[in-house]
Amino acid sequence: MISAPDVVAFTKEDEYEEEPYNEPALPEEYSVPLFPFASQGANPWSKLSGAKFSRDFILISEFSEQVGPQPLLTIPNDTKVFGTFDLNYFSLRIMSVDYQASFVGHPPGSAYPKLNFVEDSKVVLGDSKEGAFAYVHHLTLYDLEARGFVRPFCMAYISADQHKIMQQFQELSAEFSKASECLKTGNRKAFAGELEKKLKDLDYTRTVLHTETEIQKKANDKGFYSSQAIEKANELASVEKSIIEHQDLLKQIRSYPHRKSKGSDLCSGEMEQTSDQADQVSSTSNPDESAETDLYTCRPAYTPKLIKAKSTKCFDKKLKTLEELCDTEYFTQTLAQLSHIEHMFRGDLCYLLTSQIDRALLKQQHITNFLFEDFVEVDDRVVEKQENVSSKPSEDQLPSRSLGECPIPKVLISVGSYKSSVESVLIKMEQELGDEEYKDAEVAELNSFDPQENLDYLDMDMKGSVSSGESIEVLGTEKSTSVLSKSDSQASLTVPLSPQVIRSKAVSHRTISEDSIEVLSTCPSEALIPDDFKASYPSAINEEESYAGDNEGAIHFQASTSPPELGETEEGSLENTPSQIDSSCCIGQESDGQLGPFSPPAHTHYDEDGVVSSPPQSYRQKDQGFHVDFTVENASPSSRDNSCEGFPAYELDPNHLLASRDVSKTSLDNYSDTTSYVSSVASTSSDRIPSSAHPSCSSSERHKKRAGQNALKFIRQYPFAHPAIYSLLSGRTLVVLGEDEAIVRKLVTALSIFVPNYGRYAKPVKHWVSSPLHILDFQKWKLIGLQRVASPASAGTLHALSRYSRYTSILDLDNKTLRCPLYRGTLVPRLADHRTQIKRGSTYYLHVQSMLTQLCAKAFLYTFCHHLQLPAHDKETEELRASRQASFLKLDLGLVNEDARVVQYLAELLKLHYLQESPGTGHPMLRFDYVPSFLYKI
Amino acid sequence: MLRWLIGGGREPQGLAETIGEEQTQNPYTELLVLKAHHDIVRFLVQLDDYRFASAGDDGIVIVWNAQCLTILQRLDVWLSGGNEVCVWNRKLDLLCKTCHLSDTVIFRLVAPTDESLEWDIREVKRLLDHQDNILSLVNVNDLSFVTGSHVGELIIWDALDWTMQAYERNFWDPAPQLDTQQEIKLCQKLTDISIHHFTCDEENVFAAVGRGLYVYSLQMKRVIACQKTAHDSSVLHIAKLPNRQLISCSEDGSVRIWELREKQQLAAEPVPTGFFNMWGFGRVNKQANQPVKKQQENVTSCSLELIGDLIGHSSSVEMFLYFEDHGLVTCSADHLIILWKNGERESGLRSLKLFQKLEENGDLYFTV
Repeated sequence: MISAPDVVAFTKEDEYEEEPYNEPALPEEYSVPLFPFASQGANPWSKLSGAKFSRDFILISEFSEQVGPQPLLTIPNDTKVFGTFDLNYFSLRIMSVDYQASFVGHPPGSAYPKLNFVEDSKVVLGDSKEGAFAYVHHLTLYDLEARGFVRPFCMAYISADQHKIMQQFQELSAEFSKASECLKTGNRKAFAGELEKKLKDLDYTRTVLHTETEIQKKANDKGFYSSQAIEKANELASVEKSIIEHQDLLKQIRSYPHRKSKGSDLCSGEMEQTSDQADQVSSTSNPDESAETDLYTCRPAYTPKLIKAKSTKCFDKKLKTLEELCDTEYFTQTLAQLSHIEHMFRGDLCYLLTSQIDRALLKQQHITNFLFEDFVEVDDRVVEKQENVSSKPSEDQLPSRSLGECPIPKVLISVGSYKSSVESVLIKMEQELGDEEYKDAEVAELNSFDPQENLDYLDMDMKGSVSSGESIEVLGTEKSTSVLSKSDSQASLTVPLSPQVIRSKAVSHRTISEDSIEVLSTCPSEALIPDDFKASYPSAINEEESYAGDNEGAIHFQASTSPPELGETEEGSLENTPSQIDSSCCIGQESDGQLGPFSPPAHTHYDEDGVVSSPPQSYRQKDQGFHVDFTVENASPSSRDNSCEGFPAYELDPNHLLASRDVSKTSLDNYSDTTSYVSSVASTSSDRIPSSAHPSCSSSERHKKRAGQNALKFIRQYPFAHPAIYSLLSGRTLVVLGEDEAIVRKLVTALSIFVPNYGRYAKPVKHWVSSPLHILDFQKWKLIGLQRVASPASAGTLHALSRYSRYTSILDLDNKTLRCPLYRGTLVPRLADHRTQIKRGSTYYLHVQSMLTQLCAKAFLYTFCHHLQLPAHDKETEELRASRQASFLKLDLGLVNEDARVVQYLAELLKLHYLQESPGTGHPMLRFDYVPSFLYKI
Repeated sequence: MLRWLIGGGREPQGLAETIGEEQTQNPYTELLVLKAHHDIVRFLVQLDDYRFASAGDDGIVIVWNAQCLTILQRLDVWLSGGNEVCVWNRKLDLLCKTCHLSDTVIFRLVAPTDESLEWDIREVKRLLDHQDNILSLVNVNDLSFVTGSHVGELIIWDALDWTMQAYERNFWDPAPQLDTQQEIKLCQKLTDISIHHFTCDEENVFAAVGRGLYVYSLQMKRVIACQKTAHDSSVLHIAKLPNRQLISCSEDGSVRIWELREKQQLAAEPVPTGFFNMWGFGRVNKQANQPVKKQQENVTSCSLELIGDLIGHSSSVEMFLYFEDHGLVTCSADHLIILWKNGERESGLRSLKLFQKLEENGDLYFTV
């Protein structure tokens, strides 16, 4: 029964993989006109027509005080990717839109230079001439030798697809924030180190000068000072001043985390450590003492140098590289995070959105989704589920690794609670509820703002986008950071906005909650009216104008209402008034939300099915929640209590333990970093992302593809694939017996896509065993790759197999036989049709997934139908109920013969999973049937 | 260790009755392996409707909950073995002990009274009628008890006056004219005739004799049904279920479920009698035995039908317990305890729990 596809499978077994399918040419009259850019090798979905680069990439640029904007590196670091794209020019463009005046120096009324923990700014920038659109993330790093101690950098995600940037803005922002946080953490560490060195130098210099002065004094006791002596004294004084300044700087940079976590006695060693460090900081205000106690013994001993009185700042001086600025370790982590971002946003927008929606939907299926979904993705559900209970029906969607892998919850664990991330969301929600008033006000204001006018702008922009100057710009002040680092950074942000704000700022300086409210309230009212907007961001606008030459054409999105709030607004009062939303964020007008909305998924999907809403929002909410958790700690101590209660439930999860271990490790590494606690979060994030999340993400894609491909091959190659797959679906362990480990492993991996999970953990699949099987193996594993040994030792293996034959189906790869029960259903033939037209592994994987999802739905229905599972009345016999179940399975679910067994097995798994008190505690049990097996041969 | 893995020295196989993979009457379609012991699990004892304790050679006693399969308690005890009878109180204080048991000795446990504050065991009667070590003893009712010995003697005693009610030495053996030559062979196969365990109901005593199972009618004072090679190796424990079913476990690692069925007189296959058929020389006596056999046919009115077997342990199944509501618990030399459950029933129970939980969570809505 070898049919054509079989032959293909046999003959092209190796080179078959992923080979594009070449269709025979169509007759002329049926052929579709060719895509105009086809000659350039682009597909119709490609937006690359105008772009000079082949795919999306990430660019890091610096505004060098010596040479101006310059590109530093690209990810991927491959010239093929950006091709002829002018990185220098684009660096100039992206560096020029940083609207934030980096406010460092001597603020009025302050004796010492003041560091501002400037928050990052996020901008969307387009250049239609270059065909490039970019999400630009500006950040400022500290450099002792730089002008004003700051070095402005930016990271840009450059894509030819404008919609992609716009629609993925929040995800991009969140991911880049992680990278940025990592860079900044490393930078603070390095900066603190620099300062220490500098202090030692200064101290040494002072000692030297002092000695010299003394010598001069002794040599010269005439009662008046020589000009030389005066000079020395001045020098000494300036060194003294410099010391004080640097001490102050050091204190500032070290106080960064302390302020963030102030008052939060989060009952963890890490926290204590931080406060210890803070104490140390205060004690080290005396440099001598600091030198003596030498807090950082780990650091290689530093020999102080004499500092020349002359300024060291000169233009031929070589500035530190980014790596030097950020500590190599953190720099590497950042690069890993960036390449993770590049991976994550690779591909068509449509694909990204679909997979996001897919994940969002999947998370709603928390009763059944553990069965066939990758546990990596399902892992988030722990948190997820509770969140769903407490907050809204999950509009959650975080690209592949959300809470489970992103650093936030892990840190919380280390602080003594895992659940707190959930709780913190709640807090956030409450807070946002409180903020609702502001939003209302904002909305009211927005209503007065004529949307039509705005539309005109947009139209103009669309029409006039010939000149390179036109650009679309989104100025986003990342809300999370604003909450995170409110005090100073907010000040720096709001200062240019309006004088009133400064005044109120001065009054309510460090009051956390007031700060955040202030920002929320000022931003919309100040910024949404174009004129005000222009005025409040002179630098940004002016710079932009210089390119645009025509301010009308440039559209500025004021995103000071941060993305999550937008979501809130939408979901809340404004659900049915899209025009208001549009005006509120100056989006959406463009071609009916095609281009516009920050959160278009939310928008559109909400309207369409009323179920799905924008995943990005909740992601952001979480993110914020996390920050709030720290910042509002004082205000709502209860949140912490709650979270602590929640901890034990997850205590046993090895993943989490691992995570917390990671964190503690990191924090140990960071012990010398008196900087941030929060930043250690970030470092953890980037620490983990390259190590686990990132590979798992990409490898799981590859894994799916390969598994699908091999499964397809198996189906074509073995006529008895159906009973084998039936065995897997019905929970009968399939033993794949073979001599060659690679072949066995390959097939086991392929077949594992049919194996239902017990729970959120790894699939019950054992890829390779060489010892005789045991009853426990059948209880634990549902798919086993077993080594066939030629030696007499294998007798035991084979004997055990035959002894336990009632629990297993045995697929003998060497002899090409299968011993398993009969299958006469219709489900598996559809699932695994050997004549399928599907060519690609990933497609087949999706096909299987969709079929299995259908199956899950049936199992769900069967499990949760009250009248099916429970006796209708006390006297009803078991038989009657069984017959009711059977007829339901057959008539309502259309399951024939053995297909019913599959659903029954899945139903048992669902029940067990639902009944589990806490995940992982349930015992998997071995269910089996006393049914005869048959031997199949090719 | 694993008997079936060792090619040589294995008892002749194929003799024991086998059953195919299709076992429609076997209710045990779900199993759960409990791994907590580190050595042979020797003994199980039922504590109440849902709890049981297991004791192993690792010196650990574990109390289990058969419902939710949690370990309730873990005790480390030192076991004193050997020819001693010890009385322990609940605090595990040794109260008293006595030694030297090779015959049936009737002891009386003397509870502390006003006169003596100490526990004591007093020998009441020493029954010396067995020729070999007594391996099993069971109370039939208040009036009688049964003992079985290593050489296959079965004695029914009167529990009041300690007299023998019935004595059977090879009572099922129709050929008492064994010569010495055969006696030697018999000795080699002593394990095949030793009575390992008894169980009984009102009418019958069920005996695990060697690899076989015998049903001895108390009324008729004779074997009414037997399964000479019920297992591939010695049967270690048997139990009678209420529904005329008998469960046996054996050194061969299997548990088998039997049903005692009334035999159709005519269609009946003659029950082969005598121990020695299984040794292969029974055939020789076949002709000579014909009359005896015919006579027996009239009385062996029942048969033991194999209706299912439970394969799970990889070594000798030492003992099992039957819970009416929770299935069967077996313990074995492979350090495991396996709980066998009725899958259908468990499925129903889980559904019940599921809807209870739904209701508790307020997720249950009734529609008309």
